[in-house]
Amino acid sequence: MEENKNKPGLFEKGGKMGFLHSTVDAFDTFLRVPASVTRTGAHVRDAVDLKRVMILVVIALIPAALFGMWNVGYQHYLAIGESAGFWATFWYGFLKVLPLYIVSYAVGLFIEFAGAQIKGEEVNEGYLVSGFLIPLIMPVDVPLWMLAIAVAFAVLFGKEVFGGTGMNFLNPALLARAFLFFAYPSKMSGSDVWVSLGKDTAVDGFSGATPLGHLSEGMDGITAAGYDWLNLFTGTVPGSVGETSIIAILLGAVLLLWTGIASWKIMCSSILGALFVGWLGTAFGVTDVPAWMQLLMGGFAFGTVFMATDPVTSAQTETGKWIYGFLIGALCITVRLFNPGYAEGMMLAILLMNTFAPLIDYCVVSAAIRRKNKTVKTA
Amino acid sequence: MSNNIRLKGGLNIPIQGEAALKTRASIQPDVVAIRPDDFKGLVPRLLVREGDKVLAGSPVLADKNCPEILITAPVSGTVAGVVRGDKRKLLAVLIQADAVQEYVDFGAKKADGLQAEQVREQLLKSGLWAAIIQRPYGILADPSVQPKAIFVSGFSTAPLAADPDYALGNEVEDIQAGVNALAKLSAGGVHLSLCADNYSGTAFHKIENVILHTFTGKHPAGNVGVQISHIAPIRKGETVWTVSLLMLAAIGRLFNTGKVNLARKVAVTGPVAKDPAYVDAFPGMPMKALSAFYDNSKGDIRFVSGDALTGRNAGENGFLGFFDNQVTLLHEGTERELLGWAKPFRFNQFSSSRAYFSWLCPKKKYAMDTNTHGGPRAFVVSDVYSKVLPMDIFPVYLIKACLAGDIEKMENFGIYEVLPEDLALCEYVDPSKNDIQAIIASGIDQMIKEMA
Repeated sequence: MEENKNKPGLFEKGGKMGFLHSTVDAFDTFLRVPASVTRTGAHVRDAVDLKRVMILVVIALIPAALFGMWNVGYQHYLAIGESAGFWATFWYGFLKVLPLYIVSYAVGLFIEFAGAQIKGEEVNEGYLVSGFLIPLIMPVDVPLWMLAIAVAFAVLFGKEVFGGTGMNFLNPALLARAFLFFAYPSKMSGSDVWVSLGKDTAVDGFSGATPLGHLSEGMDGITAAGYDWLNLFTGTVPGSVGETSIIAILLGAVLLLWTGIASWKIMCSSILGALFVGWLGTAFGVTDVPAWMQLLMGGFAFGTVFMATDPVTSAQTETGKWIYGFLIGALCITVRLFNPGYAEGMMLAILLMNTFAPLIDYCVVSAAIRRKNKTVKTA
Repeated sequence: MSNNIRLKGGLNIPIQGEAALKTRASIQPDVVAIRPDDFKGLVPRLLVREGDKVLAGSPVLADKNCPEILITAPVSGTVAGVVRGDKRKLLAVLIQADAVQEYVDFGAKKADGLQAEQVREQLLKSGLWAAIIQRPYGILADPSVQPKAIFVSGFSTAPLAADPDYALGNEVEDIQAGVNALAKLSAGGVHLSLCADNYSGTAFHKIENVILHTFTGKHPAGNVGVQISHIAPIRKGETVWTVSLLMLAAIGRLFNTGKVNLARKVAVTGPVAKDPAYVDAFPGMPMKALSAFYDNSKGDIRFVSGDALTGRNAGENGFLGFFDNQVTLLHEGTERELLGWAKPFRFNQFSSSRAYFSWLCPKKKYAMDTNTHGGPRAFVVSDVYSKVLPMDIFPVYLIKACLAGDIEKMENFGIYEVLPEDLALCEYVDPSKNDIQAIIASGIDQMIKEMA
């Protein structure tokens, strides 16, 4: 803003519309790199900033989002017993998912902007990711007003009350899902919510249950419902919008790991934890579903790649990341094996470990300091 | 070498404008400034008045807390002015230099035959005591303390730093004399760290009477603080001293010739420096004396005394710092790049992160400017900081402890071991664009205040 030097510009602090400073600044810096130069310390700075980090996470989510849209259409036409072309299928899903995105971003960004405005700070770009994640972890038929309430709750009580992105201890996207799960359980679980039927009626014999819904019936139940490793892996099964396709999630995982944005330690240890408990489950005869099959089902892969690795709410120390990831994987499968009423354990596993992450870090850091102090005494 | 210390992580900043190994000019001292702010912990008392004649080595300032510590004139001449700022804070003492330099004669002494007390006295009255930096906190050394050891870094990894072999390679004798003198002051001896890759190529490996260490690694491997943390970490209650090679040469010259001669080769570097090379100069030299190296007609150049990570923004009318033998000229990056963060490629920007593609051209050097490339945010990414800090500390925890002003946590997280310069790379890579060095500095200030 190259306005008159003596007078603050229209939207600058002290200007006529100065109260809108944060909002204007957000759009301005969205389009152009800020002109700010370093004041103290290092005179030159790395080109990377949080906008770049966040946009890469969004890009990593795009395969899952696109596949999710197609799959919504695919499940729809499957359920009503019609066949449609690729584009018609995709278009149906696109029209179903688009409103979720509009609501998610409109509500979430409004609160973010209002919050920044009140605090007089710059708008943080963290919600770009949360807003993209939320529709992907919802059942496609979730009523939009519910979504709006959930987003508002998650942004306000998950983030803003703690001071915004970077200060929150719970993953806001998961908090939105958890809010709906506990406030409106009938819309978030069971076998009727995962496939969008629209005005059409389902064909006879249509169940609509996700693979996880058959988990308690063991391997026979899963096979009888028509699920095998191949369609679980490609993702042509009912489920939350973005969580079904392991292929699409892996594409995102490759980008996140390659750019170093997500921690490979958390991803690895989460898988290890899940395999370990899955193996215990089969070894003790709790289930006959092999451990590796668990990795392909439900929200495990999506949660491991995109939710558990959220740098703000995960453990901050490198050792802590191993523990944190392992416990997420282990808890998720534990919930699946012992709670047939609510088979999707990933959401609660991550939220629970979010709350424990500071404790894990505390223990890791304290141990490191104790070790350091001990070497001094012996030296 | 069996005791080579290999440092993991770190980052060499690929910035353009390395000084060619030639001396382009010899800058005759004109007006030279003595800045109290160069000496952390100094509470200055002015000993001269405008118009006073001084010789090189005449006292100009004394420390109010410890009156034995003097700051002396680097050149002979007349006190031309005293610059004060807000609340009459003493900013600089300006000396108009004589055409022919005259020196106070402190008497040449061979350090071998001296007692610790004599070495200390010689350093104090010559003003070169201020060349010693005491850790923790990086302050003026306390003459009444016997430090655990004295550490010298024999190489520099900072961006575009002066090549010690070119700048100081023919002063090995002086450096040796400086080592011999300082060795008297500490039972722990003088530790000299060299770069393992260039061990036999450097003239400094012949220096005797030191405990030699070698390091391999990227910046900040050349930072003496990082070296100390791998040789003998500083614990609560311990005191160590550090001296730069440059200052060690000046100390040695004092003992060899009896004169305070702070003349040094200064590397003029940076992306906007024209034909970057070395000059012969003095500390306190005005930046304007380097006018052959830049064109500031647009007023868009930042004059940094020191390197691009830790130097001081001196301004065009500013002066070279006491401890510095490098000037970095940077472009003030006030241009607003359209959709900068959203572009898939930004070929002219360097990023240590793979979020950009500059890792594809590892040899490329970049014309970096002072743009922050983003707005300040809370700490979000957790693992980038320790990757560029090869020390056994948790940088983000330390930074947050400093922000919170929690003394006990600062102690636990290693405030005694670091100076702001050691975390300069953390600041460089920080995607949240926090001023980490300033945060650490304020933590150190609080420690000094509360632990006194």
